[in-house]
Amino acid sequence: MIAALLKRDLGKFFPFAGGGAALPVVFFIAVAMLYPFAVGPDANLLSRTGGGVVWIAALLAAILPLEKLVAQDIELGTFDQLRLRGITEEAMMAVRLVAHWLSFGPPLVLAAFPAAALLNLDGPTLHLLLVGLLVGTPGLAAIGLMIAALTASLRAGAALSGLLLVPLALPILIFGAGALARQDAASLGFVAAISLLLVAIAPFAAGAAIRAAREV
Amino acid sequence: MQGSASPKLTANAVACRRGDRLLFRGLSFELSGGDALHITGANGTGKTTLIRVLGGLTTPYAGDVTREGMLGLLDERPALDPDLPLGKALAFWTKIDSAAPGGDVSDARRVLGLEPLLEVPVRYLSTGQRKRAGLAALMGRDAKIWLLDEPLSGLDVAAIDQVTGLIADHVARGGIALIASHQVLAIEGLRTLELGDYAPRQMAGDAA
Repeated sequence: MIAALLKRDLGKFFPFAGGGAALPVVFFIAVAMLYPFAVGPDANLLSRTGGGVVWIAALLAAILPLEKLVAQDIELGTFDQLRLRGITEEAMMAVRLVAHWLSFGPPLVLAAFPAAALLNLDGPTLHLLLVGLLVGTPGLAAIGLMIAALTASLRAGAALSGLLLVPLALPILIFGAGALARQDAASLGFVAAISLLLVAIAPFAAGAAIRAAREV
Repeated sequence: MQGSASPKLTANAVACRRGDRLLFRGLSFELSGGDALHITGANGTGKTTLIRVLGGLTTPYAGDVTREGMLGLLDERPALDPDLPLGKALAFWTKIDSAAPGGDVSDARRVLGLEPLLEVPVRYLSTGQRKRAGLAALMGRDAKIWLLDEPLSGLDVAAIDQVTGLIADHVARGGIALIASHQVLAIEGLRTLELGDYAPRQMAGDAA
């Protein structure tokens, strides 16, 4: 039952499966491509600031899928039908969190290779960037899911979710990008801890938000 | 597969409100296997709210609801992915309800005339076709208690007969059907409950 649910969610959100879901990756690469044009071809400057730009691009790319993440299934009545089949909202949201992360986390990690080449990042920096994205994107996915569920029943939900994600994602950005600036893997431990906490909370918070959205 | 126990659905002094407005109060009934109840009432009297309360999707303002047996809900939203072809969208629910035998589903599709539509994306289906697809998904399940919100809206004359027949069959097999509808239903032994009768007193005058 859970496997069938995960398969459907992945089909809905995975890039190249249709529905323009590849947008976050395209957006991410586009930022990495445009940045050298904007600040000029100074290789030193690019390699010093490039890692931070990649992190900002990753954070903004995580906002793009939020609009469709939860609201559409509330509208379609999918969550109601699943509830009647005895599946809890928490389970639905845990599955959706996995699908959401798989649909943008690993693709962004892969896209970080061409981005690093475009921004002249050296080996150790790329290494820290990849590990950072790998442990940081689950946290971004968790924040995104909670926000999408909370704003699903609001009319301006999509615009609001972008605004809400930015401040909440700051800790991940500070420690993730900070690791690059100081070439220090230790602060990635903080990123991992924040991610873990957010991933643990997200299914419960999002599940409660979906239940609350019914009581209108 | 399903336990032999007869399904039951009881409402005990249920009251519901939407926003600040009390829709109805003091609503009680008891349904067991083989019962069909037709909920009538003007627009805005709370038929959909009642169905959602009975399904456990929202909590009543007062009173309580008990259910024994699996619930199936058919409402305005068939819960089928608009981008998928109908066959695939229905197959998702078949997989979720893997306990139900596959034969039932294809039977339901044939009876409801959905076979020629299986390749068509759900967003291109008409209201009536969507309604029939939702009913096929409901029939594919082993649900004993059917909560139907306007099951006949958007259906053509032939389909209305078919769907009414399907509901009657379900009831005859020992199921419970609770139907909120403005249409007249030709089902034997159907009881009727006028929701307007349970509206708070100052509202009763408006509704009449």
